[in-house]
Amino acid sequence: MDWGNIFGNAVGELISPTTAAYALAAIGLGIHFGYTGLLNFGQAAFLLIGAYGFAIPTLAGAPLVVAVLCAILCSVIFAFILGIPTLRLRADYLAIVTIAAAEVVRYVVTTTGLTDFTGAANGLSGFKGTFAAINPIPDGTYGFGPFTYSSYDWWVRIVGWVIVILASVLVFLLMRSPWGRVVKGIREDEDAVRSLGKNVYSYKMQSLVLGGVLGSVAGIIFILPRAVQPANYTTGLTFFIWTIMLLGGAATIFGPIIGSMIFWVVLSLTQGILYGAIESGALGFLSTTQAGQVRFILVGVALMLLVIFRPQGIFGNKKELSFSV
Amino acid sequence: MSNLPASTAPASGIPTAHPLVKGEVGPGCAKVDPIVIADSVTRQFGGLKAVDVDHLEIPRGKITALIGPNGAGKTTMFNLLTGFDKPNTGTWEFDGKSLAGVPAFKVARSGMVRTFQLTKSLGRLSVLQNMLLGATDQKGEKLFASLFRPLWKKQEEENTARADDLLARFKLDAKREDYAASLSGGQRKLLEMARALMSKPQLIMLDEPMAGVNPALTQSLLGHIKNLKEDGTSVLFVEHDMHMVMHISDWVVVMAEGRVVAEGPPETVMKDPAVIDAYLGAHHDTDLGELMEDGPNPVLEAERKAHEAHPEAEATGYGDTPPAAGVEETKR
Repeated sequence: MDWGNIFGNAVGELISPTTAAYALAAIGLGIHFGYTGLLNFGQAAFLLIGAYGFAIPTLAGAPLVVAVLCAILCSVIFAFILGIPTLRLRADYLAIVTIAAAEVVRYVVTTTGLTDFTGAANGLSGFKGTFAAINPIPDGTYGFGPFTYSSYDWWVRIVGWVIVILASVLVFLLMRSPWGRVVKGIREDEDAVRSLGKNVYSYKMQSLVLGGVLGSVAGIIFILPRAVQPANYTTGLTFFIWTIMLLGGAATIFGPIIGSMIFWVVLSLTQGILYGAIESGALGFLSTTQAGQVRFILVGVALMLLVIFRPQGIFGNKKELSFSV
Repeated sequence: MSNLPASTAPASGIPTAHPLVKGEVGPGCAKVDPIVIADSVTRQFGGLKAVDVDHLEIPRGKITALIGPNGAGKTTMFNLLTGFDKPNTGTWEFDGKSLAGVPAFKVARSGMVRTFQLTKSLGRLSVLQNMLLGATDQKGEKLFASLFRPLWKKQEEENTARADDLLARFKLDAKREDYAASLSGGQRKLLEMARALMSKPQLIMLDEPMAGVNPALTQSLLGHIKNLKEDGTSVLFVEHDMHMVMHISDWVVVMAEGRVVAEGPPETVMKDPAVIDAYLGAHHDTDLGELMEDGPNPVLEAERKAHEAHPEAEATGYGDTPPAAGVEETKR
């Protein structure tokens, strides 16, 4: 087994754009669930909408800013479509509607009838031009050890992580303010907040839109190093984001970032170790395809253990959570 | 109108005039200075008419008790008035503004703030945060303004000062930084009341403020409610504790089976035959008997008769309980 390579790959995941995208999606989900108590089981749909909302206009020749604004606008509209009928109802209804809506949009973009726009099951590619064009880093390869990347790869990483940091600052500023107090109050008991003269419905909508917009921006970051593939946006994606959020701590600032880093480093490590073990014959009964799936079984087990033994996550406040009913 | 016996029957010795009332005292009587006026409010749950109030006026600047046996529709009436439930028919106005069909948060903003029978403290917020949530017109509660602290810092400090003041009055100042979930049941009741006061309401509606509160705390709660009146706040409360009702209320409205069956000052309303009927129909409320042990007490006598008629019914302690400490006080 090439331990150097295994660890090199794992460490590389710390700053990979995928890690940043998942962290950003988890920050959005944290606004929904961690702070406002909205059960959003369709975060994958916001990533999908971000990805297609960015890729389709770009391929049609729109400039970068227009494409990004289009992605954001689409996610805002989607949040309203989800929220208007459900946010007046109990939390569980939103959960059902989001999980269903996420599947609906995934099937819509996979429809062959829309191949000209969405590429159907093949997805979309070739939309990186506008983003690469504003890359200020001269061509070449930079960095050291496992962190050696081309100028485009660095550009994606820098932009991705700067957005993650900005989003974290935004969440920090919001949650220390009276606005954050209202949404946290809604998480605890929305009728109590209503009885104090706050428009609960409007706050829930603001939270849904805000978290959704972060999800769609995460969707853009997610596709910058790869192609748009509808198969990436299954409910599985939503549950990885949930795992990341719960791992770090649902209502925390750094939780989603650290959660995402741990998630991807551990996935990379287990992949490296399993593949290495299969190559060396130690796990001869597994194929490498199966090993890939075993990793995700481990994710499921980890999520269960996490919720049972450390429900507050890494950064969460044990005392705060011990009161939860 | 109720088809129950007329409440002004002279036999019961109830005066027909009262300084709060314009005209004759009776269910649905007009008040000199009402803060809430409700007309033909009905709410139906399937086949059950939970609330069927023809006319009700709540006096301004007074403490009004809303009593009645379980299932009389008191809490439903509360929910309807505060916009937490929608009536089938009816209109009502608060301080001259119609509130029919107005959502709950707007009702609260207009100055009519309620508490809940099952306390709704926000467990994973600190006591102080709970209080600050009660303040109205906060600039920092707007999404964009909330990002810039200088815009709301000063207001936040003023609100915090007011919250600290209220917390001290309610003896919760030592718990300021604790999570509300760590408070006892009685302290949560206090917190909920204090939080409602943060909005400086014109009318505060308390749904069973004494339920589950220990006797020592009850006394201080009573004091707080009386202070509210002195500060000019009107109070409407639902309560089963007759001691409290007699002790602090200026006016008592009795509901049974969704209707207002009687109204009057606390000293006399209990003698109303409609009230006796209502309570006997429901068969409980121990304190009712306890309160009026000396002097003629139709409630107690009727209850005894009912008890004799049904000796197998479980003894509820009427008559053999020593008078409660506050009884003498309430008789003055």
